[in-house]
Amino acid sequence: MQQLEIKNLRVAIGENEIIRDLSLSVGLGEMHAVMGPNGSGKSTLAKVIAGHPDYKVTSGEVLMDGENLFELEPDERARKGLFLAFQYPSEVPGVTIANFLRAAMQSRLPEGEELEATDYYAKLYEKMDLLEIDRSFTSRAVNEGFSGGEKKRCEILQMAMLDPRYAVLDETDSGLDIDALKVVANGVNSLRGPNLGVLLITHYQRLLNYIVPDFVHVMVQGRIVRSGGKELALELEEKGYDLIRDHAEEPVAA
Amino acid sequence: MKTDTSAVNIDRDKGDFHYKVDYGYDAGVGLDERVVKYISDVKHDPDWVREFRLKALQTFESKPLPTHWASKDLEAIDFNKIRYYLAQGQRATRSWEEVPEDVKRTFERLGIPEQERKFLAGVEAQFDSEAVYSNIKKAVGEQGVIFVGSTEGLKEYPEIFRRWFGKVIPTGDNKFSALNSAVFSGGSFIYVPPGVKVKHPLQAYFRINAENFGQFERTLIICDEGSELTYMEGCTAPKFNTATLHSAVVELIALKGAKLQYITVQNWSPNVFNLVTKRGLAHEESEIKWIDCNIGSRLTMKYPGVVLKGRKSRGEVLSIALANNGQHQDTGAKMIHAADETTSNIISKSISIGTGRATYRGLVHVPKHLKNCKNNTECDALLINSTSRTDTYPAISVRGTGNSVQHEASVSQVSAEQIFYMQQRGLSEAQAMSLSVNGFVNDLVRQFPMEYSVELKRLIELEMEGSVG
Repeated sequence: MQQLEIKNLRVAIGENEIIRDLSLSVGLGEMHAVMGPNGSGKSTLAKVIAGHPDYKVTSGEVLMDGENLFELEPDERARKGLFLAFQYPSEVPGVTIANFLRAAMQSRLPEGEELEATDYYAKLYEKMDLLEIDRSFTSRAVNEGFSGGEKKRCEILQMAMLDPRYAVLDETDSGLDIDALKVVANGVNSLRGPNLGVLLITHYQRLLNYIVPDFVHVMVQGRIVRSGGKELALELEEKGYDLIRDHAEEPVAA
Repeated sequence: MKTDTSAVNIDRDKGDFHYKVDYGYDAGVGLDERVVKYISDVKHDPDWVREFRLKALQTFESKPLPTHWASKDLEAIDFNKIRYYLAQGQRATRSWEEVPEDVKRTFERLGIPEQERKFLAGVEAQFDSEAVYSNIKKAVGEQGVIFVGSTEGLKEYPEIFRRWFGKVIPTGDNKFSALNSAVFSGGSFIYVPPGVKVKHPLQAYFRINAENFGQFERTLIICDEGSELTYMEGCTAPKFNTATLHSAVVELIALKGAKLQYITVQNWSPNVFNLVTKRGLAHEESEIKWIDCNIGSRLTMKYPGVVLKGRKSRGEVLSIALANNGQHQDTGAKMIHAADETTSNIISKSISIGTGRATYRGLVHVPKHLKNCKNNTECDALLINSTSRTDTYPAISVRGTGNSVQHEASVSQVSAEQIFYMQQRGLSEAQAMSLSVNGFVNDLVRQFPMEYSVELKRLIELEMEGSVG
């Protein structure tokens, strides 16, 4: 039961069905990459798992360690161990990263319990060192005026601090040059371990040179059309999505 | 100043209670000459004050409500249904022991005696019409600092009081300053002698306890040459179903080189009409700073101002207004430049929640003959819901060539994406909202004394919790 399990999920915005009967399981300790062309529904999948209010789940369910996420508010899902690294993280003007993370960690404590400031900063500095982030970074307001690389690094820092059980990384590589990509990949790799399941959503194979997945899934038009090991990413790189798209309209072989 | 900030308790629920009190003095309901004379009689006013009050009553009656520019909601005030004077007695005690038990427990519940012990140089506590307690620390008193109620001030220190009283805000300034001038009672009279720097703040706490009541305190603060003072006021009232009126007049005088800071954190219940006139007169090289936090009330109209009368004087208004459901915060600032090389700074932040409405009105006046005057105005509004409203009415008249003004305004909205982002990190919707609001006011609140900045943040959290979900 220690898995993030997506079962026969269907999602629509208005009349438009975006995810069509998608099933996928991410076990604790596993790294799954979901690859697909633009418009295949990858980001929708990420947001639906996290509980974004704009999407309508028409059928199916997502279970986290057996618990139905659709019965929980977005913040409850987060506190139970779900993390989403956003493709486009929001700015929170005037609120420093340090204060934001502190509030986030405080929200995970039982009522009446106060986060110990010294422990908090010790952990914060440890994670910042791990991710090679300058100490002055966390006194800046969350994502305000950040470059693309800084935004992604801020997401990974938050992930490191919040110790999720399952993390969904939505296009964490988009907008990054190769150096920034390496830093972010190193960060994710350093968090890998038996107590973290990751769903890595990406358009490009290049991220997978740095974060090597255990499993690769190809998503086209709202469903998984192929699954395999890490070599599938290379095949995709070679042949392109077109080859796979040709098969997409056929029923997936049982 | 190291203090336990949890002592400054001004949260909404904490203020929403009232005990039954026996009033020995009651001017009855409604306003006419008889009521004004009653107030003069029980206070044993000198003749000049009696005349001042009666003339003010005429001015009040002759002036229309300012509904041609202000909210029509003012028409909901029924001046004939308000009680203008309620007190147990006229003399404030110097010790909490002597404060009658039924009144003392109110202030104890509000935490006032505790704060006094912890970090204040002096406290005045007003209950409905009169101060029941007024005291300053011995060391401060020995420096010659005077801190008493207005009634005591005009009697004991007439030579200082009369010289400045009504000079910064004349009776006829507006309808409500006239009303206050007719029926004023309570408020603080403070005089700081030349060169005396009062290290810790003096605080007044204004408490409305009675229903259908009007509180009309009158505060006059004079900082003599080179002196320094921080004064703080807090206000609460219980929630009643009927309208309560609070209409104060506050006059500040900073003589040459003095520094005077006046801090207000008001947390009125949503039935209070809060119509207050506040103005300072800054002499040469002096500085007057208003820090004004308006939370609660049904309608607040308040535009603290500084008349920059002396060369190189400086005026500042830092204000935060939070308009929750059904509330209207109509606030702003006035800066009247009347000498060369004067500078003024206005920073206003407003937050509108639900159907709340925040209005900013600013007046900056620099006449043609002046040189090297500067004004900076920033007003930022944050809208929480699509039903929230904000308006800005800046009036800047700057003549002459050697003067500069800078005006910036912004309106922003907490977006659904931002809230979702914060929720994904584990914050509830209300926590996310309140953190966003705190972020919005953060750079301004940082300039406040620590006791108030912490408390203000907590107060904002409470407001947000009550308004979301």
